Amino acid sequence: MGKTIAEKIFEAHLRDSPTADNMVLDIDVVMCHEITTPIAIMDLVEKGMDSVFDPKKIKAVIDHVTPAKDSKTALQGKILRDWAIRHNIEDFFDVGSNGVCHALFPEKGFIQPGYTVIMGDSHTCTHGAFGAFAAGVGTTDLEVGIYKGVCTFRAPKTLRIEISGNLSSGVTAKDVILAIIKKITVNGGTDKVIEFAGPVVDNFNMSERMTLCNMAVEAGATSGICMPDKTTAEYLWPFIQDKFDSVESAVESYRQWHSDSDAEYEETLQIDITSLEPQMTVGFKPDQVVAVSSMINSAVDQVYIGSCTNGRIEDLRCAAEILKGRKTAKGTRGIVTPATPQIYKMALDEGIIKIFMDAGFCVLNPTCGACLGMSSGVLAEGEVCASTTNRNFNGRMGKGGMVHLMSPYSAAAAAVTGTITDPRTLLA
Amino acid sequence: MNTFGGPALFLDRNDINTDEIIPARYLTEITKSALRPHLLEDLLLDGKQFDNTSKTFKDATVVVSRANFGCGSSREHAVWAFEVNEIRVIIAESFARIFRQNMFNCGILAIELPKGEIDRILALQGEVIITVNLEEEKIKAVSSLESDSPLTCSFSLNKFDRDLVSAGGWLAYAAQRY
Ligand code: SF4
Repeated sequence: MGKTIAEKIFEAHLRDSPTADNMVLDIDVVMCHEITTPIAIMDLVEKGMDSVFDPKKIKAVIDHVTPAKDSKTALQGKILRDWAIRHNIEDFFDVGSNGVCHALFPEKGFIQPGYTVIMGDSHTCTHGAFGAFAAGVGTTDLEVGIYKGVCTFRAPKTLRIEISGNLSSGVTAKDVILAIIKKITVNGGTDKVIEFAGPVVDNFNMSERMTLCNMAVEAGATSGICMPDKTTAEYLWPFIQDKFDSVESAVESYRQWHSDSDAEYEETLQIDITSLEPQMTVGFKPDQVVAVSSMINSAVDQVYIGSCTNGRIEDLRCAAEILKGRKTAKGTRGIVTPATPQIYKMALDEGIIKIFMDAGFCVLNPTCGACLGMSSGVLAEGEVCASTTNRNFNGRMGKGGMVHLMSPYSAAAAAVTGTITDPRTLLA
Repeated sequence: MNTFGGPALFLDRNDINTDEIIPARYLTEITKSALRPHLLEDLLLDGKQFDNTSKTFKDATVVVSRANFGCGSSREHAVWAFEVNEIRVIIAESFARIFRQNMFNCGILAIELPKGEIDRILALQGEVIITVNLEEEKIKAVSSLESDSPLTCSFSLNKFDRDLVSAGGWLAYAAQRY
């Protein structure tokens, strides 16, 4: 019987199987940020286990609240910084070179097909876009990952979602994933890997695949995953040139990870997105999704464009398409944070930052910022934000605030009118 | 320890998420005990703000809830917030993967029961005491009201999860074995 990509990756990394259903895997990349790692470091120090299994396989960044906003976040940053220096972790990104982890690490080529990746962050599932098994974990799992380079998972069950059809203009990967979460609900993916496949995914660029996989956890999934192909190899080419003679030979080699045609799935869903309209969430659960067109005219206090879901250059380009030559509505605040310094620079060079500023947006440095309500755009009670982020839980962007998740097109459209707006009415 | 439990707190809602259990604004805390007053601070039940100062809340050592408990963020703070409030058992229809793993990694029990059993427990009125017998894999729920007869249900724990609880968590287990 054939195997899924997740099963192949598990098999290639299996260190131990304490029971038939529990597997202990060797981990290729352990990623760390300053919110969940310091407490793990402190605990390891306290237990006399302050060492790292392999400094080259550990990547660290200060991204959630940066530059530090107060003494407490400054201390979190310092604990991570001191630890990275102490253990010779070369891939550590601090103020000036830092950006949102799930946008920054892929840009550096740290995640490659067939890898196992963990991080103390639920949106680690993003990296499945590269044909890797990437999962968010808690502090204890992170500690064991840092100390021993292993992590435990149940044998992977896979939900395959085949996406076909033609996306109409103004409709994006974000709208597709929101529609999927609506369909399968917030626990439709629990304890499963979601394999995204089909012609639409094949045609998606890496940025769009990352947007898809990023929100797999909002359906409860352990990881999202896409088959590594030519798009993957081309994106990674600057980092894999030493390993392969050509992009074609990388593609050939990556084929070893592809799910077999007779692989066994927990479930397979077919989704046609031809008639899909721009989508958004209402309420406090990511599966409370409706068409943007059904909510038009409801007021928005703030627009937030950024995050690991939609803070990449392609996302900023979409927003700029709408914002060009327009202004944010009176009474609506616009905030944009390019997810990494490289994205920021590209946006500068392409004139996109100017478009945002001319429209009246506040341009922030690369950071998670308001996405998790810790800094840089926290909402007041009763306020509403149109946001390109991934989580709309009660209190997420500030106590008593409401977050409507949507695409960069839709968020930019809301900025211009000050109300929820179907972006297609503003696209040329 | 093979039997534990005590007064139960009922959280009768699906999809209670980590941000409701412990909001991100407290993630800058460096000690677990600092989380104590903020457990379930942003929880909405029936659209209303949950009261995390009530006596039932304060006394509870067992929580009973619905499906997909602990969904959302990977923050282990959500488990610690229960731990520092002396809650050592959570019984639910199902758990989000990371949350359940975090529970066992900390040596705390996450028990899954079918919806029908949860319905029966949540239907109990008055003050409810729940005891969990690990050895026999049995849960007993007794209400302070005589009109409610005591309930017993069975559960099963995976051997590895059980080993983690007895090893004192995943770090101790892994440090020894790998
Ligand atoms: S941008 Fe938001 S969702 Fe992404 S890692 Fe940062 S806080 Fe988490």
